Amino acid sequence: MTKKTKKKKSRPSSSVPIAIGIMDITQRKFRWSDYLAEKIIKGVAFLSIAIIILIFFFVFRESIPIFSSEKTSQATQITDTVQAQETYGEVTDKPVAEDVQETYGEVTDSTATASSTDDSYNVSSGSGVDDNRSALQSLNGKEWYPVSEKPRFGLWPLIIGTFKITIISILFAAPLAIMAALYTASFAGKRLKEIIKPTIEMLAGFPSVVIGFFALMVLATFLQEIFHYSTRLNSFVGGIAMGIAAIPIIFTITEDALTAVPKTFYEASLALGASKWQTAFFVILPAATPGIFAAVLLGIGRVFGETMIALMATGNAAQMGLNPFESVRTLAATIGAEMAEVVFGDTHYNVLFLIGSVLFIFTFIINAIAEFYVKGKLMKRIQGK
Amino acid sequence: MIKSFKKNIKGILIEGLTLSSALIIIAIVVVMFTVIVIGGKDQISWEFLTSFPEDGMTKGGIFPAIYGTALLVILMSIAAVPFGTITAIYLTEYAKESSIIAQSIRFAVRTLAVIPSIIYGLFGLGFFIKFVGTQMDNTFLGGQLKWGQPNILWASLTMSLLTLPVVIVSVEEALKTVPKELRAASLALGATKWQTIWKVVIPGSISGIMTGTILAVSRGAGEVAPILFTGVAYYVATLPGSLSDQFMVLGYHIYVMTTQSANIDKTMPIQFGTTLVLLMLTFILNFSAIILRYRIRKKKTD
Repeated sequence: MTKKTKKKKSRPSSSVPIAIGIMDITQRKFRWSDYLAEKIIKGVAFLSIAIIILIFFFVFRESIPIFSSEKTSQATQITDTVQAQETYGEVTDKPVAEDVQETYGEVTDSTATASSTDDSYNVSSGSGVDDNRSALQSLNGKEWYPVSEKPRFGLWPLIIGTFKITIISILFAAPLAIMAALYTASFAGKRLKEIIKPTIEMLAGFPSVVIGFFALMVLATFLQEIFHYSTRLNSFVGGIAMGIAAIPIIFTITEDALTAVPKTFYEASLALGASKWQTAFFVILPAATPGIFAAVLLGIGRVFGETMIALMATGNAAQMGLNPFESVRTLAATIGAEMAEVVFGDTHYNVLFLIGSVLFIFTFIINAIAEFYVKGKLMKRIQGK
Repeated sequence: MIKSFKKNIKGILIEGLTLSSALIIIAIVVVMFTVIVIGGKDQISWEFLTSFPEDGMTKGGIFPAIYGTALLVILMSIAAVPFGTITAIYLTEYAKESSIIAQSIRFAVRTLAVIPSIIYGLFGLGFFIKFVGTQMDNTFLGGQLKWGQPNILWASLTMSLLTLPVVIVSVEEALKTVPKELRAASLALGATKWQTIWKVVIPGSISGIMTGTILAVSRGAGEVAPILFTGVAYYVATLPGSLSDQFMVLGYHIYVMTTQSANIDKTMPIQFGTTLVLLMLTFILNFSAIILRYRIRKKKTD
């Protein structure tokens, strides 16, 4: 049955046989280029899927040596270089140097980076079996001293730091962005809408380096004057700055979700005697919750992987404490600060890629939840199925 | 009577609360903008924009950083725009909305958009430099190190992956504004599908492709994390002349000057100046993209 309809489609329903003949000729004449074009376009379109797979593969591949104890040990050949390397990032070693914190969070020394990268990339493979084993064990530890004599790669301070910052920034950004979105979607007049929306879109265009710069130069001083804490750069400042970066994402998606609620909901509610704010608060907002949930999730994803703001405004000290006014070091910032200084193939290098894999998997899952779970729910709710 | 008054108070409260949230966000934008403009405006001069840094970055201009940023975004666009456009064409013209292929491509695009930028940096290092670059060196140069290290080509390609979803989304939106009747008319006149796309659909959505390009350029100009270890350098004495050179970038310049320079107070004006230049650049780009997009949307509703 379907075959029949297909045939009918491709041939115009003309009773004149000559016309069909012409159609056939023209079709045959151009089919080649058309066929080719379609295949090429289709091939290119698959690129985005291929990129995802490649990213997953290559980021994960570089972190695998940690788990295998059979790493080819070429330790003897490169010990000198490794030792030389270790001196480069020495500053990272200081656990919490308050005085260093004070001066704009200069923790990683990178003036040597430019010269060090060149030789570090030449080195083929790093430490031997023992190093890997101890590194694997230390992953669960509480200390992140990657370049000391006996390197320890405890991920917990980084994980705690990242979550601390994420919570602070979402607590700051989500309420602001959601309420602003509710205002633009339900209360604002047309004029005001045309001011609010582009302004917040503009915020999305602020490069994260610029937000980081602002946080470092202005926000840190301003907040310190209000709250009188001792460490100038800490997870609170970083969290607020990242919140600023997350606001446009949360706002835009929430606003989309709110405006996607069918007009009938609104009209029905008004017809039942509810006022404008009651409709907005008790009808539109609940109907759009899955979308708002997605917005917050994607905001979390953004903050979780943000690198430049974390590097510039959080102080970059790997600490375990839960005090929001302490310096922290996030997972992403660790990669950004240390990758340029590690020896290629070294355990430290692999650990950084492992952190990258963790970040990748985390954001992938967040996106998948936002995509599938939320979309299904939203559809169900709006269509009333 | 009292009840309705109570209702009213609640309404005013809620409306006021939501309005003030919106105003706070706008205030943040305005404050950030003003602070950077005021801090950097005295620094901006023709000399600052066109001369090299001097005295260990404490004097002189930022020309190499501007040049490097421009080169980076141009190379990036050459890679990202065609691929992004073709993907968007596939999604709107060829793929069926509900097919598994189209849906997985869409999912992949959205995932690409949310992957942290630092992951792209890791990927660029692991794939372009360590895999492709080293292979190239081994096959063409007999193991001599040329491509297997950070350079502008790998940085641009890494950046193009990051901006690919930006291009795809804007071009798709523009393709959808081309009326169905135009396509139908073209097909009815005997044009093939590819001819229709090439002669009717693409010319009709050229402004969308431009919007996508502008947005991608603005994104690429501001991002630093993906190029941290794929090609950017703190200081290069000469402008990048070939694809295997390292280069300077505005964003990285800001980062290094604020966190790692020896004398932070001394370079403060240059820091503000550089930030202002970068902010202005992305602002102008974003603004023109918003205007273009506004026009496209208007065309759609007309």
